[in-house]
Amino acid sequence: MNKAPDADRLGDVMVVGGGISGIQAALDLATAGFKVYLVETSPTIGGKMAQLDKTFPTNDCSMCIESPKFIECDRHPNIEILTYTDVERVEGREGDFRITLLRKPRYVLADRCSGCTTCVSYCPVHVPDPFNQELSRNKAVHIYFAQAVPLVPYIDENCLYLKEGKCRICEAVCQKQAIDFDQTPERVEVRVGAVVLAPGYAPFDPGPRSDYGYGRYPNVVTSLDFERLLCATGPHEGEILRPSDGRHPHRIAWIHCVGSRQVTPGGHGYCSSVCCTYIQKQVILAKDHDGEAECTIFHNDIRSYGKDFERFYQRAEKLPGVRFVRSYVTVGRELPDSRNVTIRYAADDGVREEEFDLVVLGVGLAPPKDAPRLARLFGIELDEHGFCRTDPTNPMRTTRPGVLVSGAFQGPMDIPESVVTASGAGSLCGELLGRRRGWLARERVYPPERDVSAEEPRVGVYVCHCGANIGRVVDVPATVHYTLGLPDVVHAEESLFICSTEAAQKLATSIREKGLNRVVVAACTPRTHEPLFRDTLREAGINQYFFDMANIREHCSWVHSREKEAATRKAQDIIRMSVARARHLEPLQEFRLPVDQRALVVGGGLSGMTAALSIARQGHEVWLVEKEPELGGMARRLHRTLEGLDVQAYLRDVVGRVYAEPRLHVLVGAEILEASGYVGSFTTRVRAAGRVTEIRHGATVIAIGAGEYRPTEYLYGTDERVVTQLELEERLAAGDPRLDGVRSVVMIQCVGCRQEDRNYCARICCSHALKNALALRRRAPAPDVYVLFRDLRSYGFREDFYREAADRHVRFVRWEPDGRPSVEPATEEGRPVLRVTVPDPVLRRRLALDADLLVLSAAVVPAATSQEVSRLFKVATGPDGFFQEAHVKLRPVDFAADGVFLCGTAHYPKHIAEAVSQAYGAAGRAVTLLSQDTVVASGSVCRVEERDCVACGACIRACTYGAIEFHDTPRGRKARVNAVLCKGDGLCNTKCPTGAISLLHYTDEELLSQIDAAAAEPARAT
Amino acid sequence: MSGELEFRPKMLGIVCNWCCYGGADLCGVSRFQYPPFIRLVRVMCSGRVDLLHILRALSDGMDAVFVGGCHINDCHYVTEGNYDAIAMIEVCREILRRIGIRPERVRLEWVSAGEGIRFAAIMNEYAAQVQKLGPLGRADGEGLDAAELARRLEAATRLVPFARLALTGRLRPAVRTEEAYRRFFAGEEFRRLFDELLGDRLAISRVLLALREGPRTAADLARDLGWSASDVARHVRNSTRHGWIRFDAARGCYALAGG
Repeated sequence: MNKAPDADRLGDVMVVGGGISGIQAALDLATAGFKVYLVETSPTIGGKMAQLDKTFPTNDCSMCIESPKFIECDRHPNIEILTYTDVERVEGREGDFRITLLRKPRYVLADRCSGCTTCVSYCPVHVPDPFNQELSRNKAVHIYFAQAVPLVPYIDENCLYLKEGKCRICEAVCQKQAIDFDQTPERVEVRVGAVVLAPGYAPFDPGPRSDYGYGRYPNVVTSLDFERLLCATGPHEGEILRPSDGRHPHRIAWIHCVGSRQVTPGGHGYCSSVCCTYIQKQVILAKDHDGEAECTIFHNDIRSYGKDFERFYQRAEKLPGVRFVRSYVTVGRELPDSRNVTIRYAADDGVREEEFDLVVLGVGLAPPKDAPRLARLFGIELDEHGFCRTDPTNPMRTTRPGVLVSGAFQGPMDIPESVVTASGAGSLCGELLGRRRGWLARERVYPPERDVSAEEPRVGVYVCHCGANIGRVVDVPATVHYTLGLPDVVHAEESLFICSTEAAQKLATSIREKGLNRVVVAACTPRTHEPLFRDTLREAGINQYFFDMANIREHCSWVHSREKEAATRKAQDIIRMSVARARHLEPLQEFRLPVDQRALVVGGGLSGMTAALSIARQGHEVWLVEKEPELGGMARRLHRTLEGLDVQAYLRDVVGRVYAEPRLHVLVGAEILEASGYVGSFTTRVRAAGRVTEIRHGATVIAIGAGEYRPTEYLYGTDERVVTQLELEERLAAGDPRLDGVRSVVMIQCVGCRQEDRNYCARICCSHALKNALALRRRAPAPDVYVLFRDLRSYGFREDFYREAADRHVRFVRWEPDGRPSVEPATEEGRPVLRVTVPDPVLRRRLALDADLLVLSAAVVPAATSQEVSRLFKVATGPDGFFQEAHVKLRPVDFAADGVFLCGTAHYPKHIAEAVSQAYGAAGRAVTLLSQDTVVASGSVCRVEERDCVACGACIRACTYGAIEFHDTPRGRKARVNAVLCKGDGLCNTKCPTGAISLLHYTDEELLSQIDAAAAEPARAT
Repeated sequence: MSGELEFRPKMLGIVCNWCCYGGADLCGVSRFQYPPFIRLVRVMCSGRVDLLHILRALSDGMDAVFVGGCHINDCHYVTEGNYDAIAMIEVCREILRRIGIRPERVRLEWVSAGEGIRFAAIMNEYAAQVQKLGPLGRADGEGLDAAELARRLEAATRLVPFARLALTGRLRPAVRTEEAYRRFFAGEEFRRLFDELLGDRLAISRVLLALREGPRTAADLARDLGWSASDVARHVRNSTRHGWIRFDAARGCYALAGG
């Protein structure tokens, strides 16, 4: 916020909405060389993700993984963040929008405020805290949350002075004179070429409806309320206390589909897509907090359709004291004494009424409140559900050119999809504005690095309270005092939140002022926060490798919370180890590797073609490699989507564009012989049409798709009346006469998946079955159609088609794994049929269905070549054989291997629109790399001390990266490390008999000093 | 509370960044509790953990060392360093066995970044196990005084370069599966190779270190090193042949060659 306002406010892209999707779009675009305005209506960026406690299915701490991105945005020279700001007027057109913004007054001068929060403590007005879902109280002047960016308080409308013209205590106590009640709304005009709308969603508000008791019964809370209750920064510092009396609830109930899958007034017809899994997360976390808690989940279909969701569901279901009850429910009454709430539900023996201490409503995702206003302002259409209307072949496109959409404004979606669509919207902006890339962009400038080689170590230690997370267990002041007695420590201080933007700035100042040359931050885990602090060291003008993190939160205060003294001693030990290590740290130089600005896309299906086209349209040469003789992949077998898109026409159009694109080179019938290299500089040898081509490229996109499971069950392959959904689709499209006499069709779901050997949901089959069932029912005469399912997973807007199918008399029969359907040929009234029997858990009898055609919803399985591609490109596959992204939530199309990206069904089964989103996402991520001239590689690589090398070759044998080779020196043959290929695992260190090779930043000297310090009996300061 | 009398061991953990450190983080995030005995050191790969690190920790007086890596096939690196961790740990435990230190003092486990609860379970179980063992040198079957403990660990530390060579050579199982590794290190072939490649060197180191304290008779050596007379004779013969020790016929004692 300290940036000087641009005189003419000229930018490339405006991102409207500062949640995780907007943040990702801004970061991608800014890194790719565009000047971005990130506009957010609330006082900070962060959005809904900042309010979540954990994220499924890994249960990562939500704020911990998101907040480093806040700082990245804040520090990015090409991003200007405008919070507490609304869009007022939009003029112009694609390529040249003039947007008027209204900056609401914070009444606090950002450039003067030091973030000391004295004003907050003196403010006499207590108000419900919006960040904590009004479950706790805050002041009329307050900071939105501790990691807020910008970290500046704001004064809300409850302020006594603003309401009644009296008080002004904050003004009096502020020593910086940062309070300014004369502020008025300020209009700002910004010119940009494109807009990304990322306003997110609004949680469904059950308040207006009387049937859930929300707002009337204090012990009925929404799932977002519950997130705050779970969270360490929540109203009770992570203790789950119920609102009526602050007691620990023992019996907790969750109700699914609140406001979703409801066509009754006040509900939404669609499925909100994320609630099933977030409820399972909340159950797991509730059990973590209190192992004795009795958790009851009242659910409809369990929609675990995402990657690893099925296992997550099983994990929740298997916990002791957890009960999943499949039933519609009504909230009964509040019991007068206990204020417990009853729930009525259908059980085997009729309707039952049960009492709970706390009821959590699994509220759905509604369109953002200001959606109609945004639509009016930007001239875009909304769909029938009130979300943004998007192009069916490109979910990032709105109805207006130059205005793109990402995140949940497209429709209900989870965090990775919000991130993917953000990168995708970024790619589309790049296509639009390619020629102006870099015009307005600035490089990040760091001060020159101070040479400290002649100095003795001067270590500074910063001990973080992490709010109460550390400070409540570890005696932080005593630890700071102790630290001052350690060798070479010249400065130590404490901090409330060392990761906040303001604290990071102070840290940089402190490093300079105290002349530090080594820094230890004792706080949380380096896995999330090390990059942030390293950057701070660079800003302070010292080498970033002079940094070490002492993890006294995850590895101490959180795991020893009942042993405060021991935890304090352990924290001191951990810091002592860090300090010992820090004294030995060496300055390392990261090096710049040149980037070959061409791309290779492996796989010529819709995903691969879309990614290739988008990269090519941004000015890069692309090689598209397909193993089949024709482009198109699985889409060649698809004819209509559930929503009605003509897939073949679309495919012809895409293939046509691929061949028309001059920067795109297609190799079909191709085989990849060899792949080598590293980020920015890959070489891949491909054989096609008898010729071997050597392709050099800086980025790789893996889009090899998936396969269809070939069933061995239900007479498939032995009886020609048994087909898969894909085969049925082909017959329907071809008007196959074999369908003419068909009077009865049975479909069986989950064939080959959701079982032990394929423990995942193939995501698309339910929709596929609905599509074909509807097509069959539209025929004349229409056959009877039965769908035998386990959970009908028509998530999102696909729910509309489930309802339509039911309306068109498609019969849905649910079965459970212990009562699989069975099939046998039979004769019914002289007609040969396939007799399908299945135990119906609702009617509790065996149901026999006679079918002329049996359709199997066969699983989607990893592509046959996936293991080979995994080996060639050194990228991992997950437990189910699909490719494994770098981070499930925040790096969904990146591989852990730099420079390699992922999209389409190679990642996991998905629908066409989802695959296209991901393809644009992967293209966007690839272009953030390809638009650079160089990339930075870690300085933590291996180095050989030639004097000690005896040329035994042990290191060379250990390094399967091929990063070490012999070379001749005047003193004979010696091993040498090619730092570019070295990945820094350090395996060679443990092989070298003479200790000649060492992994920098993890040398034996550094590690042994840590070990010695761990063992040393500490001299305790008293 | 019996806290006053309770033995609170010092434990070191060396864990890889990608999996076990992440599991320890998740354990914290999930607030699973475990005893505050362990101090963790982060490395990038469990394959970076060296015999030297473990022996140093024990020489420093730590009671146990835990090493944590990624599950097999989950290694972040194509080098699959977790296999190397298995081999190193097995050799380390064999060395400890030979010098009279309980091999349970070193433990290797796989913990993924998603297994917070597993990390907690291992920490709880291992802490209890080490508490039961008691301080280093004083477990059942150890009974070593500080000086003898130090001598033995020094002998083991001198073995490190040779162990490194052996681990890249004949002590490296041919097939890279967890099963093959487990089988190899549990088998007779491993013991035989260990004797051949490292066992004798370790024994000679111990003879030399014992003689550093002053000349010893064969009987003294048998007593101090806990060996049979024939073992003493064999190792003394080897040491003499190398010219590292000499027999002082006048006193009937062995002494360092230079001494």
